[in-house]
Amino acid sequence: MAVPVAFFAVFFAYPVAAIVSRGLKAGGHWQFGRIADVLGQSDIRHVLWFTTWQAFASTVLTLLIALPGAYVFARFEFRGKQVLRAAVTVPFVLPTVVVGTAFLALVGRGGLLDGLWGVRLDTTVWAILLAHVFFNYAVVVRTVGGLWSQLDPRQEEAARMLGASRWAAWRKVTLPALGPAVAAAALMVFLFTFTSFGVVQILGGPTFSTLEVEIYRQTAQIFDLSTAAVLTIVQFAAVGIILAVHAWSVRRRESALRLVDAAHTARRPRGAGQWALLAGVVATVAVLILLPLGVLIQRSFEGSDGFGFAYYKALTSSDSGVFLVPPIEAIGNSLTYALAATAIAVVIGGLAAAALTLPHSRLRSSGGTPMAGRLVRGFDALLMLPLGVSAVTVGFGFLITLDRPPLDLRGTWILVPLAQALVGVPFVVRTMLPVLRAVDGRLREAAAVLGASPLRAWREVDLPMVRRALLIAAGFAFAVSLGEFGATVFIARPDRPTLPVAVARLLGRAGDLNYGQAMALSTILMVVCAVSLLLLERIRTDRTTGEF
Amino acid sequence: MSTIIKATAVAVAAGLGLVTLSACGGSDSGKNSADPADSKTVTLVSHDSWAVSKNVLKDFEKRSGYKVTVLKDGDAGEAVNKAILSKDNPQGDVLFGVDNTLLSRALDNGLFQPYEAKGLDRVGAEYQLDKGKHRVTPIDTGNICVNYDKKYFADHKLTPPASFDDLAKPAYKNLLVTENVSTSSPGLGFLLGSAAQYGDHGNGWQGYWKKLKANGVKVVDGWEQAYNEEFSGSAGGRKAGGDRPLVVSYASSPPAEAIYSDPQPKTAPTGVATGTCFRQTEFAGLLSNAKNEKGGKALLDFLIAKEFQQDMPLNMFVDPVTKDAALPADYAKYDVKVDAPKTMAPKKIADNRDAWVKSWTSLVLK
Repeated sequence: MAVPVAFFAVFFAYPVAAIVSRGLKAGGHWQFGRIADVLGQSDIRHVLWFTTWQAFASTVLTLLIALPGAYVFARFEFRGKQVLRAAVTVPFVLPTVVVGTAFLALVGRGGLLDGLWGVRLDTTVWAILLAHVFFNYAVVVRTVGGLWSQLDPRQEEAARMLGASRWAAWRKVTLPALGPAVAAAALMVFLFTFTSFGVVQILGGPTFSTLEVEIYRQTAQIFDLSTAAVLTIVQFAAVGIILAVHAWSVRRRESALRLVDAAHTARRPRGAGQWALLAGVVATVAVLILLPLGVLIQRSFEGSDGFGFAYYKALTSSDSGVFLVPPIEAIGNSLTYALAATAIAVVIGGLAAAALTLPHSRLRSSGGTPMAGRLVRGFDALLMLPLGVSAVTVGFGFLITLDRPPLDLRGTWILVPLAQALVGVPFVVRTMLPVLRAVDGRLREAAAVLGASPLRAWREVDLPMVRRALLIAAGFAFAVSLGEFGATVFIARPDRPTLPVAVARLLGRAGDLNYGQAMALSTILMVVCAVSLLLLERIRTDRTTGEF
Repeated sequence: MSTIIKATAVAVAAGLGLVTLSACGGSDSGKNSADPADSKTVTLVSHDSWAVSKNVLKDFEKRSGYKVTVLKDGDAGEAVNKAILSKDNPQGDVLFGVDNTLLSRALDNGLFQPYEAKGLDRVGAEYQLDKGKHRVTPIDTGNICVNYDKKYFADHKLTPPASFDDLAKPAYKNLLVTENVSTSSPGLGFLLGSAAQYGDHGNGWQGYWKKLKANGVKVVDGWEQAYNEEFSGSAGGRKAGGDRPLVVSYASSPPAEAIYSDPQPKTAPTGVATGTCFRQTEFAGLLSNAKNEKGGKALLDFLIAKEFQQDMPLNMFVDPVTKDAALPADYAKYDVKVDAPKTMAPKKIADNRDAWVKSWTSLVLK
């Protein structure tokens, strides 16, 4: 537990605390009065209100649209299921810049809808909500669907045999079992949309602003660090509450459910109703997720002199002056950074997950104090915090804290992977934890009794069971690092841009060629993410669903 | 495990982690100007729009013996803010790109140390906003003005607007697009221009903006969107179906528009309403704790030397500040002369900016 704690202390808590205290301290004294000041302003309250209600609306909309999808992916067997499941997960790991761009290409001026029916949704709240559904569809499908596929359908059948109607059986048997997973998914979606940044910035226009966007504005543009610090604390508190509720609902989910191998629960759809449901879900996915991605790809090939690879070719030259290097080098940079970030995230997250598992078994066998249990759970929730803290806060924090020995990292490349690993660790922990907890301690003891050394016991007992989970965790960390934008854009050096940073910079410049190159790079990023996710689908077994 | 062994293990593990990380860092720092032994490198921190011809920069490197590293650090505001935050241990030696709207913030925070650049006497007096103290050196200037689409006004047999007053007239209803003042520097410049024109008391600029709003002004977030999507006169805007023939942009936009057309037209397709201009001047300065002071000073001298001043217009589409710099022929051909742009003292801007942006936002956007 020590290594992950030290890591988080040095690379998360310290930088964030430094930038917050910089904003809230004047002449060595804390200015807590600022909190009331800032919260008293009507435009800040307006931002808080908008942040909350759009997150709420996004969550409800996402659940409505994605729950049927979760059911279909869990219970039906059909051709192309793996590919489709990977496809719906692609948006989740795409950087928000790309998502925003995809939606602008669809619903913005001159977009597909504009061309067909003259409908434009940019700068309306609808574009934001739809983009949020696009983004978080996978969270619901994976969290709820993962559990759904392992619920024993015979329980529901038994209830029906005993005379319950189909609806009553579902309500009395399946719903209570799914409830905590739905709650957990809803809370994750709420967390992601509550802290939404890129989507709101690109699609919202000048009128909509979330807390996260406001923190960015106050820090990077207005340079009102004390307001930014207050808002950071507010967001911190809100995220803390969301995570506490999330941890509580996860614990409830871990309560004994009779789970079965998902391979036995899914079957081919039967009857018109089920086929219609499947068709409906596939159509939704096609319109909501595949279409925006498709528009992106199409635009990357649509040069001024017809269809072709012109934009891709342009990526290899540095003439445009946007970067010091040809944009194509961003691919190599991104891969290197993501690999390093994955290595860090897997080590830190793996150790954290192991630490979180051990006291549990010890608690049970030796009747440890409840205090220790609470401590562990607190640490568990703490590991999730980086997902909810403003990336610009972390970035600025890095800038002012990691600048002198022994931690003089500011001029070095390792800074970017470190920031990306912060976001990757929660995914590693959440994937590893359920699997590690499922390893029966008695197996280890048996091995020890039979004369195996601890190392051998670990190799023979634990490793085979967690190997797949570890691979999946690594894959997720890799994809998330690849797409990380907020903190990277802040600390990436101009001669080493990553893919998302390069896309954002290109979009910020005038001219056809820059726009086309941005589309081409987005497409490349998308393909890399999709390929790594498809590989994950292949090594995934249903015992290793984890929580994502 | 006893507590002592455990504690030791923790310390060792944490120590190992840090050592490994700083080792990674160390291997790369040869390229980094933060290394004091490496005084052959001078680092310029700038915003994303920085550009220079390769041969001009090479020339400087050959003559001075310094290697120049450029660190582009976000948009102008972001670059300045980052520099202020990392003031005690700066990322470079010279910061370029502080304009008159940000100047007071930088100076009040003690970002720069004084240095009187060689050849400063050739710089026009109107650009020397830190005269006597020399904490910053003026490098380039330009004007933020309303641009118009020549074809639209010819087709509609309408005279293009010339002044702030004109923009509020019924003839130009629903024609103007501008930028959000809190996220865009031309947007802010246009607001400051109107404040310089109408004053900031009573009904001053606020009254003017009420009229503009009633006259159908459209606000978008950034310059890219306004100029390349909404404006009907730019290449991008025509393609995107932009339908606003008036946009807040720069006096140098018409030359850029013409030079980047193929084939180049005789005259630029867009024009400038010269009575709506606000002057923007950009400065560079030697950072307070610069590692390579000597190199930084040489770099500042270079930035106002004739070679660089004459190279700027076609790279960044800004005007030189030195009197002896000639404009490149291509640029001069399409250049629009602005005689009496609006100006405002940096101190006044610093004192009022936040309050004005706030009241503008509630007046125009809500």
